Amino acid sequence: MKTGGGMEKQETLSYGTYIMVWLALLVFTGLTVTAAGLHLGSVSIATAIAIAALKSTIVLFFFMHLKYDDPVFKVMLMVAILTLTVIMVLTFVDVLFLPGGPAQ
Amino acid sequence: MSSAATAMPHVHRDPKGAKIGMWLFLFTELLLFGGLFLLYAVYRYRYPADFHYAATHLDTFLGTVNTLILLTSSLTMALSIATFQQRKRKLSAWFLVITIVFGFIFLINKYIEWSTKIHHHIYPNSPELVQHTPGENIFYSLYYAMTGLHGLHVIIGIILLTVMCVLVARKPRRHVRVPRGEGAALALLDNSGSPILEESLGSGVTEVGFTLFDETDEETRESMLIKLENAGLYWHLIDIIWIFLFPLFYLIT
Repeated sequence: MKTGGGMEKQETLSYGTYIMVWLALLVFTGLTVTAAGLHLGSVSIATAIAIAALKSTIVLFFFMHLKYDDPVFKVMLMVAILTLTVIMVLTFVDVLFLPGGPAQ
Repeated sequence: MSSAATAMPHVHRDPKGAKIGMWLFLFTELLLFGGLFLLYAVYRYRYPADFHYAATHLDTFLGTVNTLILLTSSLTMALSIATFQQRKRKLSAWFLVITIVFGFIFLINKYIEWSTKIHHHIYPNSPELVQHTPGENIFYSLYYAMTGLHGLHVIIGIILLTVMCVLVARKPRRHVRVPRGEGAALALLDNSGSPILEESLGSGVTEVGFTLFDETDEETRESMLIKLENAGLYWHLIDIIWIFLFPLFYLIT
């Protein structure tokens, strides 16, 4: 299954693999809806984001073929996500230390 | 431009380059939505109770249904590419049709959701909403802005997939221009060398153009595949953005 680095040839996944990936995504959707109903308090947002990130990774790796494509695409995506994370974290931290804070 | 000498132009194809270009575009989309998610995070931190209260009025069932619809549309999109790679052109086009139908169902659900909200006078700056807390106002502004921008992407995706569907469904065709030499006749041979068409040409003809239909034309197929793959990448990105929108708006009650 694994393609060697730099291979240009694209691997064709079987229909069964795609169906399994889809089923996994449905299960995780069920999981996130159930988890939200449990009222986990402060952990609930972390759980929701963790499941969303996991679902996105599955879509990226299988539906968007990242797992089988040239590694350069993975590197590019990592750089993009890192940039976005830096922007979001730094801005959020800035807001944290502004006077005001939570209204309630 | 000078076209006299270039009868059979060299077709330069760079599938990897095309794909890198598509990914770079997707990253700009990521930043676009990332900014909105950042706004969401900041205001949710500032007004946690208002956000939770406002979210109770969103239809979780419809949100869940829309999530399942988009996930399934991603499956049919991936299957369209897989079948195209296996030279099942018609099946590939049908999978695109199903993907487009799912896109429309998603938009119809979105329309029902929005119109119900607007019917209850819940929309940005509505006389009803301005009497609520600031946090609720911000929640609904973000809700309309983010699901609206996402919906716009779904519409663009549907247009893109419709174009791809037409291209995929058409028989692979290639336009060939043959400059007429000294001979007065022109013959078109099939793979075994037997003539399909023989034509004697008038002396005024300097060039003959053909449209060839060939199911086994690899060049057309490959250029089509990369277009289909890039359209697929766009559709999957729309799915990923919804994967984050769904829990953050519908599941925080």
